[in-house]
Amino acid sequence: MARAALQRRLSWQLAEVVESIDETPRVRSIVLSAPDWQGHRAGQHVDVRLTAEDGYQAQRSYSIASAPDDHKLVLTVERLDDGEVSPYLVDELRPGDKLELRGPIGGYFAWDADTGGPLLLVGGGSGIVPLMSILRQRIASGSAAAVRLLASWRTSGDIIYATELERCAAVDGVEIVHTLTRESPAGWGGRIGRIDQAMLADVAWPAQTRGLSFVCGPTGLVEAVAAGLVGLGHEPGQIKTERFGPTGG
Amino acid sequence: MAFISRGFKRRTSEPGQEGRVPPGQHLTADFPVLSAGPTPHRQLADWSLSIRGEIDDPLDWTWDEFQALPRERITKDIHCVTTWSKLDTEWEGVSVDTLLDGVETTAEFVVAYCDGGYTTNLPLADVTGGKAWIAFGYGGEPLAPEHGGPARLLVPHLYFWKSAKWVRGLRLLQEDEPGFWEGYGYHNYGDPWLEQRYSGD
Repeated sequence: MARAALQRRLSWQLAEVVESIDETPRVRSIVLSAPDWQGHRAGQHVDVRLTAEDGYQAQRSYSIASAPDDHKLVLTVERLDDGEVSPYLVDELRPGDKLELRGPIGGYFAWDADTGGPLLLVGGGSGIVPLMSILRQRIASGSAAAVRLLASWRTSGDIIYATELERCAAVDGVEIVHTLTRESPAGWGGRIGRIDQAMLADVAWPAQTRGLSFVCGPTGLVEAVAAGLVGLGHEPGQIKTERFGPTGG
Repeated sequence: MAFISRGFKRRTSEPGQEGRVPPGQHLTADFPVLSAGPTPHRQLADWSLSIRGEIDDPLDWTWDEFQALPRERITKDIHCVTTWSKLDTEWEGVSVDTLLDGVETTAEFVVAYCDGGYTTNLPLADVTGGKAWIAFGYGGEPLAPEHGGPARLLVPHLYFWKSAKWVRGLRLLQEDEPGFWEGYGYHNYGDPWLEQRYSGD
């Protein structure tokens, strides 16, 4: 217990919404001013707690989208129609409102600039959020780690951070690949279809580079990508996974 | 609680479940999968279960030997630290009491160890006395690999990260030793009714 006592207690704190950004019709980024925030590592998450007037409380975990070096705290939230917390965060919360949160939480699915690369980031839908924190930190920190982001979306209209990702792709050492699973629009320059081992064989770093892979998304995608990378010879211990499913609520 | 979230209202009602859902949890009908790395796919011929550590004669079971042990059907509510709870989950497994039957040990703690390298620590008293099982069946089917198959620890009275997937053994220890998530700031014990999610809770 001595060890536990040395760890900082994660207290609830109030942050203020300073900006709300529509990423897609279902996804919003919430920019927070959090005076008591102690900083985080790229890839970590926070717990958010909502309290109703009758005292009812609900809490959920959300990945942090901003980089540690961004000096602001940004959450990106997808509305789950049968959820209780995400519809409030996406549709109701507005600048000037306050939000109760605590964190950072996690630490395995996390990347620091001195960890280096090469890095493979594979995301499905809103599973891109913690990967975006890593990508932003890679760029903000001036790290030279080579990074490839492979992102899977249903349609081109579902792409989160589309404009910023275009800018990121122009940075030396950064490659961005999108794949669409339910649409094949005219003039589309990316890939089509679900991520499978064949696509990973094209996009992933060769196993002998001993690169680090971060995979986040729905269970089906995470299982397929992790198994695909293992099948290509990647060490299981070099593949970090996180699930983003409807139960995020 | 002084702070009210403007415009937030309870959206779901869970009638009749009062007393079964711990604070800060909500019910889910599906069975979410959370793991830190790739799902191991262990062949049963290569599988064994072991008891090591503070024990005079270490114990080992092959899959067939393990399957020949007395089995129990278990129906329990489970609670994940990520705030979902699932009621009346149906398992089949071997009680840890059965594995430790006749074992003399001075240990007060155990660390469960697993394929893939995952570990989690518990007081010995929390895996004995009918409180924990090595589960190999779920919902009448063999336990699926993504849910920890061929076998996982089942300790339903603690947050579900303590119910280690792909378990391969228990190490009996005199001193407590933090496991994988416990080393990343998650609570050392993890009682959902006390909301022991993170260190210091």
